[in-house]
Amino acid sequence: MLFSKAAPGENLIVRGARVLDPAGEVDGVLDVRVDNGTIAELGSRLDPNSHRIVDGERLILAPAFVDPHVHLRTPGREDEETLASGTQAAAAGGYCAILAMPNTDPVVDSASVLGSLAEAAQTEADIPIGFLAAISKGQEGSELTEMAELADAGAAGFSDDGRPVMAPGLMRRALQYGAVTDRPLALHCEEPTLSRSGQMHEGAVSAELGFAGYPSVAESLMVERDLSLAAYEDRPLHLLHLSARESVEAVRNARAAGVRATAEVTPHHLCLTDEAVRSLDSNLKMNPPLRSVDDRAALVEGLRDGTIQAIATDHAPHARHEKDVPFEAAPFGVTGLETAFAVLYTKLVEPGLVKLEVLLRRMSTGPAEIYGLPVPRIAVGEPANLVLLDTQAVWRVEEDGFRSRSSNSWLLGERLTGRVRMTVAAGRTVFEA
Amino acid sequence: MGDIRVMRDDLLPPAPAERRHLLSVADLSRDDIERLLATARSFARSLEREMKKLPTLRGRLVVNVFYESSTRTSSSFELAAKRLSADTMSIKASGSAVDKGESLKDTALTLGAYDPDVIVMRHPQIGASHFVAKVTTAHVVNAGDGKHQHPTQALLDLYTLREEFGRLEGLHVAIVGDVLHSRVARSLIQALDLVGARTTLVGPPTLIPRGVEAMGCETSTEIGSIAAADVVYVLRMQRERMLEGANYVPSLREYTERWGVTPERLRSGQKVMHPGPMNRGVEIDPRVADAADALIETQVRAGLVTRMAVLYDLLTSGPVGVKAAQLTEVA
Repeated sequence: MLFSKAAPGENLIVRGARVLDPAGEVDGVLDVRVDNGTIAELGSRLDPNSHRIVDGERLILAPAFVDPHVHLRTPGREDEETLASGTQAAAAGGYCAILAMPNTDPVVDSASVLGSLAEAAQTEADIPIGFLAAISKGQEGSELTEMAELADAGAAGFSDDGRPVMAPGLMRRALQYGAVTDRPLALHCEEPTLSRSGQMHEGAVSAELGFAGYPSVAESLMVERDLSLAAYEDRPLHLLHLSARESVEAVRNARAAGVRATAEVTPHHLCLTDEAVRSLDSNLKMNPPLRSVDDRAALVEGLRDGTIQAIATDHAPHARHEKDVPFEAAPFGVTGLETAFAVLYTKLVEPGLVKLEVLLRRMSTGPAEIYGLPVPRIAVGEPANLVLLDTQAVWRVEEDGFRSRSSNSWLLGERLTGRVRMTVAAGRTVFEA
Repeated sequence: MGDIRVMRDDLLPPAPAERRHLLSVADLSRDDIERLLATARSFARSLEREMKKLPTLRGRLVVNVFYESSTRTSSSFELAAKRLSADTMSIKASGSAVDKGESLKDTALTLGAYDPDVIVMRHPQIGASHFVAKVTTAHVVNAGDGKHQHPTQALLDLYTLREEFGRLEGLHVAIVGDVLHSRVARSLIQALDLVGARTTLVGPPTLIPRGVEAMGCETSTEIGSIAAADVVYVLRMQRERMLEGANYVPSLREYTERWGVTPERLRSGQKVMHPGPMNRGVEIDPRVADAADALIETQVRAGLVTRMAVLYDLLTSGPVGVKAAQLTEVA
C-alpha cells in the first residue's frame, strides 16, 4: 500500500515530447492528454480545451521513477529528513513513488508505528510512500515481527536494512512465515564478522590508505546463504544494494536455476569505484562500500542483462555536522534522490554503457514489479505517473539546490547532463523546473 | 571617488597564496624529497655549532596538536620549531576541550583563530590532517593520522639511510612486522619507491594488507627473506591497535618465535632500524637493538633536522637549497 496526500487529479496536455515507455513499447513524438489525473489520449495536435499545456518539445516524457530504497529518517531524525522533505526531493528526482526503510527510531516493527507513519503520509507526503516493516523486532535479529498484522496495516515489504539477518535459523523462519503475506523480504547482505570495523572495500586502495577493509566476500557469502535458503524454502526474496561481482554472479546462477530472486543496485555503485575514496571525502563512505573496477563492471552488466531489475538510491540523509568530520568518524550513507537520473544518464547512457530504455525500465518498471506496486505506464486509462526529462541540460550539483533536508551528496560540485523538468505523480504535478 | 576605490583595494586582503602542506608522501615528488633532505643536511651542519638556534622562523607560530600519545615525534617537532626561533604551543587531547566532546572542526577553527603559521597534527583517524588543512588557513603537517601516513618519519628514515649508505637508489629494505596497522610502513613504502629503493614486506599473512603490492613492494611471510636486504626495518607490534579476539596472531609468543628480529636472523653488518617505541623482546631482540649496527638513535637525531627542514620548507618558497645555505652563513 502507498500513502500520500489526497489531491484531485489534474487536466493537462504535454505537447510534442518524445514519449518513451520502453515496457509499453511506446516511442514517438506525441501529445499526451491527462484528464482528472488519468491518461486520456495519446495523439498529435490534441485539442487544448481548458487543459494546462506543457511544452515538451526536445524533451522526453517517460513513466515516472520508483525508488525501492530510501531512508526518510522519520520517526526519530526529522532534522535529517521528513516525509515532506523526502517526498519533495523524490519529486524533484522524477519519482512517483518511493519505499521507505524501517530502520528509524523507533524501528517500524509494529502496526502502531506503521499506522502513525501512514497517517502522517496522508497529510505530508507529496508523492506516494510505501513503508517497509522490520523482519525482526527492533531489527535485533532474534524475534520475528508480527508480519501478518503489519501486512494488513499496509507494510510494503519486510527488511532489517542497515543490518543483516545474522542467524540462518531466523532467516529461514522469516522466509517460511513470510508466506502468510504476499510482500517481499528485502535483505541487506553483510557478514558482520567479515565486515567488522571495515571502512571501505578491501583491496589495493584500502591497503594504501590504511583503512580497515570490508571485503566483497562479506556480502557475497550472505547473498549465497540467502539464495540457498530461498531455494530450499521455494520462496522469493529481494537483495538490496548489490556491490560485488560474486553477488551478481550468485544471483544470476540462482535465477537460472529457478530461484525467485530479484536485486537492486545504487547509482553510486554503478558510477564509482574505491579509487574515489582516495579523496578521503566522507560523502564517499557508504555501506556496502564502493568496490573495484571489476565489481563495477559486473554491476553494469547485471543491470543490462536483467540479473538486476532495479536501481535504488539508498538515499541516506545525514546531518551536516555528522558528515563534516574525518572519513573514519563519519556515518555510512549518501543522498541520491535528486541526482539519480542525471548521474546515471551522464555516467552510463552518454558513454554508451547502458541504453536509455534500459535505464528507464530499471528506474520504474523493475522496482514497481518487485514490490507488486502499480507499474507506471503511458497508456490510455492509466493514472498519470510521468516524468519529463531534458537530456540536453547541463547543470552543476550545488549544496543549496537540494529539497532534501540533508546535502551529503557524493556529487557536490559535479557537472551532470540530464535534468528532470516535471514530475507528475498519481495524476498531480508535484515538481516543475 | 577614485581615491576611495584605491583605499578599498588596499584594504582587501592579499590574494591567498597557495598553502603547502605535508599530508602524505604520496603528494611528494622525488625533487621534493631531494630538496628536503638537502635542507635537513644543512641544518645538521648548523647544529654542530655552539650557538644552535637559527633566527629563521622568528615570529612564526607553530602549534602542535597531539590526539595520541607521542614522545619522539612531539618533542622533535617542538625542538625543531625552537631551534628555528619559532614560537610554539602544544596541545594534547586530554585536558583540552576535546575531552568535553569538541569536534575536530571546532578545535581546528579555534586554533586557526590564533593565525598559526603551521599546525602539526597527530590524530587516531585517517585523514584528520587533510580535514584540518581544509578548514584552517595554516600550513598543516601530518604527524600521523591513524593507520594512514606519517610522512616526516619516512623522510627522517630516508635521511638516515642516505647518511649511512651515501645513496638511496638500489638499496634493499626489508620491513618486518605489523604492516597492516602501520602508518610508518605505508609512508616508507611510498618514499622508498619514489627514490628507487627496493622494499620487501615480511610478516604474518594476517598482518600484510591484501593488495599492498600495488604500492611497489614485494611481500614474504618467511623471516629468512630479510637476509637479502641491506637494511632490516622493524615495525612495532601495535598491541593497542589489536581488536579483542581479532586473531591476527595466535600469541605474541608465537609472533616473536617466528618473526622476531634476532642476531641469528641477521647477517653481520646488516643495518637495523626501528621507528620506536620498541617492544624489546617482542619484535626486536634487545641484543639487536643495542648492537652497533642499529641505526635507531641516528633516526631520532635525523628526526630533529628533518622536521626543521619541513617547517622551513613549508614557510618559505623558491629555491630552498640556496636559502638554506645563506641562512647557515647568517647563523
